[in-house]
Formats: sequence, C-alpha cells, structure tokens
Amino acid sequence: MIEFQSVTKQYPGGQPAVDGLSMSIAKGSVTVFVGPSGCGKTTSLRMINRMVEPTSGTITVDGRDVTSVPAAELRRSMGYVMQSAGLLPHRSVLDNIATVPRLNGVSKRDARKRAEELLDVVGLAHSLGGRYPSQLSGGQQQRVGVARALAADPPVLLMDEPFSAVDPVVRDELQQELLRLQKDLAKTIVFVTHDIDEATILGDKVAVFATGGKLAQYAAPEEILRAPANNFVASFVGRDRGFRHLGFTSSDGVAIHPVPTIIRSSGRYESDSSAAGGWQLVVDADKRPLGWSAPGTETQLIPGGSLFRPGESLRRALDAALSSPSGLGVALDAEGRVLGVVRGGEVLALIEEARQVRQAAL
Amino acid sequence: MSSVFSATFAWLADPLHWSGSMGIPTRLAEHLQYTGLVMLIATAIAVPVGLFVGHTGRGRVAVVALAGALRALPTLGLLILFVLLAGIGLMPPVWALVILTVPPLLAGTYAGISSVDRNVVDAARAVGMTELQVLFRAELPNALTVMFGGFRTGVLQVIATVSVVAYINLGGLGRYLFDGLVLSDFPQMLGGSLLIAALAIAVDLVLSLFQRLFLAPGASKLSDRSQEAAVDLTDPVVAETVVQGGKS
Repeated sequence: MIEFQSVTKQYPGGQPAVDGLSMSIAKGSVTVFVGPSGCGKTTSLRMINRMVEPTSGTITVDGRDVTSVPAAELRRSMGYVMQSAGLLPHRSVLDNIATVPRLNGVSKRDARKRAEELLDVVGLAHSLGGRYPSQLSGGQQQRVGVARALAADPPVLLMDEPFSAVDPVVRDELQQELLRLQKDLAKTIVFVTHDIDEATILGDKVAVFATGGKLAQYAAPEEILRAPANNFVASFVGRDRGFRHLGFTSSDGVAIHPVPTIIRSSGRYESDSSAAGGWQLVVDADKRPLGWSAPGTETQLIPGGSLFRPGESLRRALDAALSSPSGLGVALDAEGRVLGVVRGGEVLALIEEARQVRQAAL
Repeated sequence: MSSVFSATFAWLADPLHWSGSMGIPTRLAEHLQYTGLVMLIATAIAVPVGLFVGHTGRGRVAVVALAGALRALPTLGLLILFVLLAGIGLMPPVWALVILTVPPLLAGTYAGISSVDRNVVDAARAVGMTELQVLFRAELPNALTVMFGGFRTGVLQVIATVSVVAYINLGGLGRYLFDGLVLSDFPQMLGGSLLIAALAIAVDLVLSLFQRLFLAPGASKLSDRSQEAAVDLTDPVVAETVVQGGKS
C-alpha cells in the first residue's frame, strides 16, 4: 500500500505543484492519476520513487517512509515506465531489459535469461532481443520499457503517460495487454495520464487532479463518470461522459436477433435466407462476419461497424448498432462466429430501464 | 614563385633529408611524441572535469568563461613565459601547450555529456542507477561520439602548434620552420609546413577511421538522437561549443 500524508511540493517562487495531497493506494490495484497539464499528477508519481522530493509531508510504501531508504535502492524496488521509453540507445533490447537485475548484482547470463522470458511476457518476438532501441517502432519500445520495469519483479509499477506517444490503435492494444498482464501479476500500479478514457479503461480507482495540485476526486471510474464531485471534474470528464458511463453497465438482457446472411466462400455468394429485400450480413464459411450487403446489391460488400460480444458493456452494444451501416450491431460468440444482431432502440430501452431500477433503489 | 615550389619539391625529394638524427622521419617521430604527451596530459585533466561539469551542470559558466579567456592567450608568449619561469627542457613547453589544449577537450566532453537525451538520463536514474552509474553507463557511452569530435579538434590543434617548441631548441617538424627562417631558406620552411599539414591530415584520417570502427559500429547501433548528435558537429552552434577556446 502506498500512502500520501499531506504531501506538498513547492518549487521556488511559484504556485505549489502538489498541494496537501493525502490519499492511499491499495495494494495490487491499478490507480490512475489523471488531470490537465500542470496539475501535479506526474510530480506526485515521481515523489513515490523520490525522483522528486516533497517539500513537506510523508509518503510511505507498506508502512515504510520512502526517505528511509537510499534513493537508488528504493527506485530499483519499483518498476518505472515513461512516455519516451527512455531505453539506453547503446544497449540491445535484451540488455536494456536486464538493466535492473544487473544493477542488483545478478550475473549477466541469468539477467539475460530473465530478459528472454520477459520478451514473451510483453509479447515481443525473441528475434528482437538483439536489436537496438532505434530499430524498434514506438509501440515495441514501450513494450521493452514495460519489460524493463518488470525485470526485477518489483511489487510496485510507476507508469508516467507510457502510452501517450503511440498511435491510437497501438495504444488500445497496449492498454488491453496491460490489463491482461495485471490479471496475472497483480502489481500495485500507479499510472499517470491526461486521457480520461484511458483512465476509466485501466483504473480500479481514478484520482482526478485539478490545476494547482489539488486532488479533486478520488473514486472508482464508474463513480467519477456517474457522479463527478464538482464542476471541475464534470467539465474535465467531458461531454461524452454519459456515453462512457455505459462502459460500466452490463449488457445482460440485450436481445440478440437472428440475421439474414449471405455466405461467401471461394468467391461465390450463397444466400441462406428467403428474406431478400433487406440488409444481409455477409459471412465466410466459418460464419465470421465480412461486411454487409445493402438491399438489391447482393454482391457489393459494405464494411461493417464495431463488433459486440455478449458479456461486454452496453457501450459496446450501442456502439456496434450505431456504427453499423444497417443499424444492426453484430454480436459474436467467443470464437468470433456471428450469433445475431442487436438493435440500437432496444439497447436504449434497456438503458432507460436500468436507470429506473437505480432510481427506485435510491 | 615557381622556383620556390620546385626548390621545395627538390628539398622534400632529397634523400639526405630523409635519414639521420635531423632527418624528416626523426623529426616526424619527435613531433608525434610531443603531440601524444600533450594530448595525454590534457585529456587526463579535461575529461574528468568535463564529465563532472556535464553531469552535474555545476561550474558550467566558469568553464565557458575559462575556455574563452585561455583562447585569448598567445601561444608563443605563453611558451616563452613558461621557459623563463621553469627553464629549458621538455616539460615547460609541454605545459604551455597543455593549457592551450584543455579548453577544446573540456568543451567537447561537456558538450558530449549534455547532448545525451535527457529522457535517457532521467530513465536511467528512475530505474535505480546511482549517480556514478548514470554517468558511466548511460551518459558516457552515448557522449563518446561528440567527445571524440572535441578530441580530434584538439589533436589537430596540437599538431599545428607543437611546432613552436622548436623555438626553444626542441625538435619536431617545427625545426624546419625556425631553421628555414633563420637561414632565409624558404624551400625548407615551405617543406616543413607541408609536412605538418600532411601529418595533421593523416592523423585525422586515422582518428576518423578509429571512430568509425570502434565508436559507431553501424549507425544502427545508435539511437536517432545520438546520430543527430554525431552529425551535429557540423552544426555551427555545437561546433562552436566543441571548439570553444580552441586555437586553429
């Protein structure tokens, strides 16, 4: 557990960067610090491993004051990932990953062996181990950064906007991968971002910082979206928060309807339904969706929208319907085969129903 | 004029000038010895100080001011001052040259360390390196290319100016300049000048080869950032920092 006790950081001749911060971060959970630039979220993170020393107040990790340990030793007990991966340019990927074990006195051979394992953990091919950082893409560099942070198996991971410099597709991938890793590793992760979407996706708890280094709200992401503590949080969380909040509502009860399909295999189109004249879903021989075919143009494939799997949130279900050219959201089973479709109107009705249930409970 | 050139060529081609204790090979070896000695002492002083200043950022203003001030000193004047103070011998002129060589080496070392990507340094510290480890495992390896640029500038400068030690009865290729001057033997002076220039070019070629083989084995080994830094020596701003205090 990490605990801030009225921690203030004041740089000479300026506003406090962090102002009287008190909070405790639960062990084995992901806590996200989010806020606009200059709100002190990165400063707060860097005070945990003493990259920044607080002006007043104390920070303890598992009850031990961080200032009671030499700074370098303290830092080696916490993984650190930053925005620019910050890899050593003159060392190979493997040696970069092995940095902290080597500092801890592990032999070169054992450290490299450990680094090899970590390539698997973060999903990098072993052939990349001998390359140099400049030969990797931004996303791969970030993966190496994460591997380096995990190499000495520290209980705490500090991540300072690690995914903000990569493109949205890779970012999405890295976020999912972090969640997957966290399921196995159960580290105490403190994650800094300026992106509220990222915060609500990753965080077990989210701390919203306001300009001037004040903690504006510290709660579960669902609560921050549903009940912002004040106007600042409400405006920071933004215009789409109603839609984002659906991400925390279960889609149980959404009806999945059968859909007329056209099976396309080896270039031939074969309609399985008599319901010609409407939108038809084009699937391959394994019932995986390929796209839509508009009424009257059976052989012309129109790209489909986002896909929905039962068990996912209402946000996914609604988005599948909204983004589909036919207005019908495609639902898939675990193997990626088409189950049927969901209707936008029905999803909205379900949302209203859930709201009334909540209201009745109050 | 053409007679001077043909006479110079004749002087250079004369086999008598290529042997004996006053021959060109001996003078060349002496010249290289003085250069090596000066570089050794100057490097031993400049690199540790430059590393300290580059790593801590402390004393940066003092270093720049000192480098500028030393640049203004006249070589020959300094040499004679040292000889008057410490007498004839090898070391007084060597110390004079060391004083003139430290500034470009110091500036090169400092520029090299400060050219290393701050994110790399920050990350090295954040994963738990001590200050010494940050310096020797993160900063120094990535500063070598720029530092070596300062070293090359220093070597060229010493090869050119070490000629003045001949003025106080030491050897080296400078002998041909001063002997030629006294005797009004212009072919000998021009021949000596050509030899010094050729030596400087040859040594620089060897050093650049060394740099290519050992410091940057394939540009791929360096990050984009350090490639920039390597190229940056041609950048007027960096080049000025590197040769600040250097006399050419």
